[in-house]
Amino acid sequence: MKDVIILAIESSCDETACAIVKNGNEILASKVATQIDVHTLYGGVVPEIASRIHVENISIIIKETLKQANLTVNDVDAIAFTKGPGLIGSLHVGVLAAKTLAWAYNKPLVGVHHLSGHIYANAFVDKLQFPLLALVVSGGHTELVYMKEDYDFKVIGTTLDDAIGESYDKVGRLLDLPYPGGPKIDKLSKLGQPVYKLPKPKVDSPLDFSFSGLKSAIMQSINRIEKSGEKVDINDMCASFQQTALSALWDRVDYALKNYDVKQFVLAGGVAANSKLREIVQQKMQQDYPNISYIIPPLSCCTDNAAMIGASGYIAYLKGIRSDYSTSAMASIDLEN
Amino acid sequence: MEKIEIITKNSQETKDLAARLAKYLFEGSLITLSGQLGAGKTTFTQGLAKGLNIKKNVTSPTFNLLKIYNGDLPLYHIDAYRLEGINQDLGFDEYIDSDGICVIEWSNFIKQLLPSELLNIEINILENDYRQLIFSAYGEKYERIVKQLCTL
Repeated sequence: MKDVIILAIESSCDETACAIVKNGNEILASKVATQIDVHTLYGGVVPEIASRIHVENISIIIKETLKQANLTVNDVDAIAFTKGPGLIGSLHVGVLAAKTLAWAYNKPLVGVHHLSGHIYANAFVDKLQFPLLALVVSGGHTELVYMKEDYDFKVIGTTLDDAIGESYDKVGRLLDLPYPGGPKIDKLSKLGQPVYKLPKPKVDSPLDFSFSGLKSAIMQSINRIEKSGEKVDINDMCASFQQTALSALWDRVDYALKNYDVKQFVLAGGVAANSKLREIVQQKMQQDYPNISYIIPPLSCCTDNAAMIGASGYIAYLKGIRSDYSTSAMASIDLEN
Repeated sequence: MEKIEIITKNSQETKDLAARLAKYLFEGSLITLSGQLGAGKTTFTQGLAKGLNIKKNVTSPTFNLLKIYNGDLPLYHIDAYRLEGINQDLGFDEYIDSDGICVIEWSNFIKQLLPSELLNIEINILENDYRQLIFSAYGEKYERIVKQLCTL
């Protein structure tokens, strides 16, 4: 079969990224311009500033990516891009760049859902096997996705309030930790013990998540401890929060693995970089599910990048999924359509 | 300015109260929610959405800053949590004076964008799951709503 080369663009949040991917599993080039330094100054992503920096970066990033791969746009088979979800101003920049390239070079245009990209990032590690269960965890998402076959997405569990990554950031803020709170909490947890008792998040469905109550519980716990004249041990509080939040995640995965026909389990999204979560997945999969294969993506695949959009875009391209020039960025968009 | 105070015993009561409030709202309504992390601002909005017959579950808009839901009236759920210290035009005005209901969490971070007429709801954490909700109505339309809410 002839090789299929996809040029992919991703700009859904604070990373401007371009990549060139061959046959959905080989990265010929990948470039990411991150804005995290700028946004750290503000304690978070600032939408207007984010889109402005995207505009400044996008042409350079595309040019550099092509140079790295030693290709021209003429050599690629299709242009894939993230159509949503994300920050609307940021998304527009990538969508417009993709449409312009597709129009100028007369290439097929393939719109991709950001989360499908996170899932397909695992294709760089190993061949995906279906039926597949994916746990997608990031700043804006906490979803259990069941894929009976390639490119068939069904969200079987989701958060009813806060996303897990958001919950890490907000708890970080309650504990006066610098932004972003997630990596910091993960680090401090290793120095503490989960001695503070926090309630397990409760939801009606065994597959849905809830992290809002946990945040409130931590605040009440801090108030109680301080009222009694004691000092909160930050490391212990981080360890307690992390244990409660991650075991809530695993409980849902465990339930899904028991109740669905699954051949492979994959972890996806920015929070997949969390060291404790990686440890739990590895240990539980080996111990409880020796017959189900699993992929824990390397750290470089967890954060936002365009290679993952290229991997997902490749399958979409083969399936005949196309976008036309009227396509637009969508801040909220379901994975299932 | 009309001000009332209501105590709820748990998050369900908070949601029920919000759902009741939804029935009195009109096109272009603006509600600002204040209160510390974990006070229940998103919980309140979930109840409001239910009152507007929105089927989709309302989740925290912190990451995307704006989420849009369709019901009896469209609901624009904005979270300015990540906009602290930013003074610039973010294009939120079209949602603030809109064809639906606009709910803004952490509106204190975008004070300069707010009109003079609005309904502010301050949620304070009391013991256990109890919450104190202080409704402050600015402008005649909102004062009427708060009075109606009181009579029940």
